Amino acid sequence: MTAAAARSTPLSRAATRGARIGPDWRNGLFVVPFLLVYLGMLIYPLFWGMWISLQEYDMFDQSATYAGLVNFKRLFGDAIFLGTVRNTFVFVLMTVPAFVIIGLGLALALNREGRTGATLRAVFFGASVLSVTIVTIIWKIMYLPDIGLLSHILGLFGIAPIPFLTSQSLALPAVAVTTVWWIIGLPMMLFLAALQQIPGELYEAAALDNAGRWRSLRSITLPSITRTFVVVVIYEIVAQFQLFGQALLLTRGGPNNTSRPIVLFIYETGFRDWNLGYAAAASEILFLLMAIAAMAQYIASRRREA
Amino acid sequence: MSSIELDRVSKRFGPVEVISELSLRIESGEFVAFLGASGCGKTTLLRMIAGLETINSGEIRIGGERVDELPPGARGVAMVFQHYALYPHMTIYDNMAFGLKNIGVERAMIDERVRQAAKILEIEPLLARKPGQLSGGQRQRVAIGRALVKDPKAFLFDEPLSNLDAALRIRTRVELARLHQQTRATTIFVTHDQVEAMTLAGRIVVMNARKIEQIGTPMEIYGRPASEFVARFVGSPPMNFLPVTVAGQNGHALLTLPSGAELMTHIGLESLPANEALRLGIRAEAIRLDSDGPLPGKVEVVERLGDRTHVHVRLADDSTLIAEDAGHSRAAPGDAVHLRIDAGQAHLFDAQGRGYRANEEAHR
Repeated sequence: MTAAAARSTPLSRAATRGARIGPDWRNGLFVVPFLLVYLGMLIYPLFWGMWISLQEYDMFDQSATYAGLVNFKRLFGDAIFLGTVRNTFVFVLMTVPAFVIIGLGLALALNREGRTGATLRAVFFGASVLSVTIVTIIWKIMYLPDIGLLSHILGLFGIAPIPFLTSQSLALPAVAVTTVWWIIGLPMMLFLAALQQIPGELYEAAALDNAGRWRSLRSITLPSITRTFVVVVIYEIVAQFQLFGQALLLTRGGPNNTSRPIVLFIYETGFRDWNLGYAAAASEILFLLMAIAAMAQYIASRRREA
Repeated sequence: MSSIELDRVSKRFGPVEVISELSLRIESGEFVAFLGASGCGKTTLLRMIAGLETINSGEIRIGGERVDELPPGARGVAMVFQHYALYPHMTIYDNMAFGLKNIGVERAMIDERVRQAAKILEIEPLLARKPGQLSGGQRQRVAIGRALVKDPKAFLFDEPLSNLDAALRIRTRVELARLHQQTRATTIFVTHDQVEAMTLAGRIVVMNARKIEQIGTPMEIYGRPASEFVARFVGSPPMNFLPVTVAGQNGHALLTLPSGAELMTHIGLESLPANEALRLGIRAEAIRLDSDGPLPGKVEVVERLGDRTHVHVRLADDSTLIAEDAGHSRAAPGDAVHLRIDAGQAHLFDAQGRGYRANEEAHR
């Protein structure tokens, strides 16, 4: 009996040879290339950045000494840094709702067949492919007092030229307008893709149910695109917290730091003043702010859906 | 409930005329099926009545009131869509209540009507769920319920059973028949399935190539097809066709089949066109296996349906006829058999496909 059992073992092992479905450590080999790149290019720098933020790290004389939370303490007392945090928040609050409302509005208006719709979709998306340098040159010319297009238009109504980019109250909104003009195409396209997923029969059923345009929008369209809505909001929050190029090229953060965003502060501290530890600490705070804002939006939307 | 009248209605999609000068009257409380192959215009016609397609000329009246200029919601009809078109983000209750809410019906009244419809359709336990949590059959019931609560002047069904599996389709068919007996609601039912049309409808409108081929009760359509298209489309297996030559005898048509066999019909000779090639149309149940029959042939295929058997027989002249035999038929492929045709059930079709049939009196 025992001998028979012992003899059957190698047989049954032979029977299991060949393709097998189920967990096996060798399956992990397939994800190793990705995992290596992910660890090396993302996770390692993330923690390295955290480590740098805890040091007095001077790139100029290449010295680094552990300093604990000194950089963070200094940041919370740094009026310029706190100003950039405020500016960045204000910028996000100005642009993200604009991306959602204008993006959705354009998508609803251009969600139609025919050449006009297709042409306008291409036009609105077209600006997104331009580089930030081109965009800021265009808008710099738009905003120029005296000879700029906006001043010219204001002049038609008898309004004196406004120096948008050198006004303390208008510089940041001017950067926001430029940004919205530049990349409104992406949220529009995302909303369009979502709208085209809604079956036309639903609107026909709604028409037979006496639902007007507004009612159909509220009861059918908007509930059908909530996921895209969340994606657009989170993506835009993450993207707009990282405002950099437009502010650098349009206003250099001025006048009087009123349009200076966090990333510009990090750039100047790290690459102009060579103070890498301090810049890394500011980066960590930006990272935290973005993570909190995106998480808050995600949780809020999940709660609404439930 | 209301009658529905179409008066010389036309519809063009760009340069293509899809419905041309079509007139039709559906009486109040009637159950009418639009039957035809896909692309024949039956769904377009239904959507024109619902207001989901505009019309280019003519008039549509529901309950005597002209509606072709009214938006869909104002026509007082309810439609059940092929893919149900339930609102995915609303509960079943809200799906059914939506139309009533939009016209400002009182909350208590809405509640009463929704619960009543849910009871009739046995979907009360589902009211709090969302469409995504329901099976196909349950969604179908909700779609019908959504139409029912509106207490419409007419129900419009657009191939509502085509997404159900075979067993469920038959059950739902019976339920629809029962529902119509209860409500006596004017109903238009679009389908490409002749069995659905035959079993449900009081009258069938057979459509082909965007025109009405024939309007009649199921038995008129089956027994006296006005055209070759109708004869082929309705009935399973499809009608057999054979070219024949016609001679007269006592004023009735005497047919000579390609094999030389003769068939004396009751079809009046004076009604037939002269000098035109005619085709005999004969259903399988009018052809019997009979050892003394005048038509010899060879069995090719035997299809057993339980209660009856369809025997495909190749004749000497190489044409094929499908004959019906008893359920326990002993016919087997390769057998030499003889067929007998019941001449009383013969149809003749001319070159244009127009059908000719013996008068009922002559038949008796």
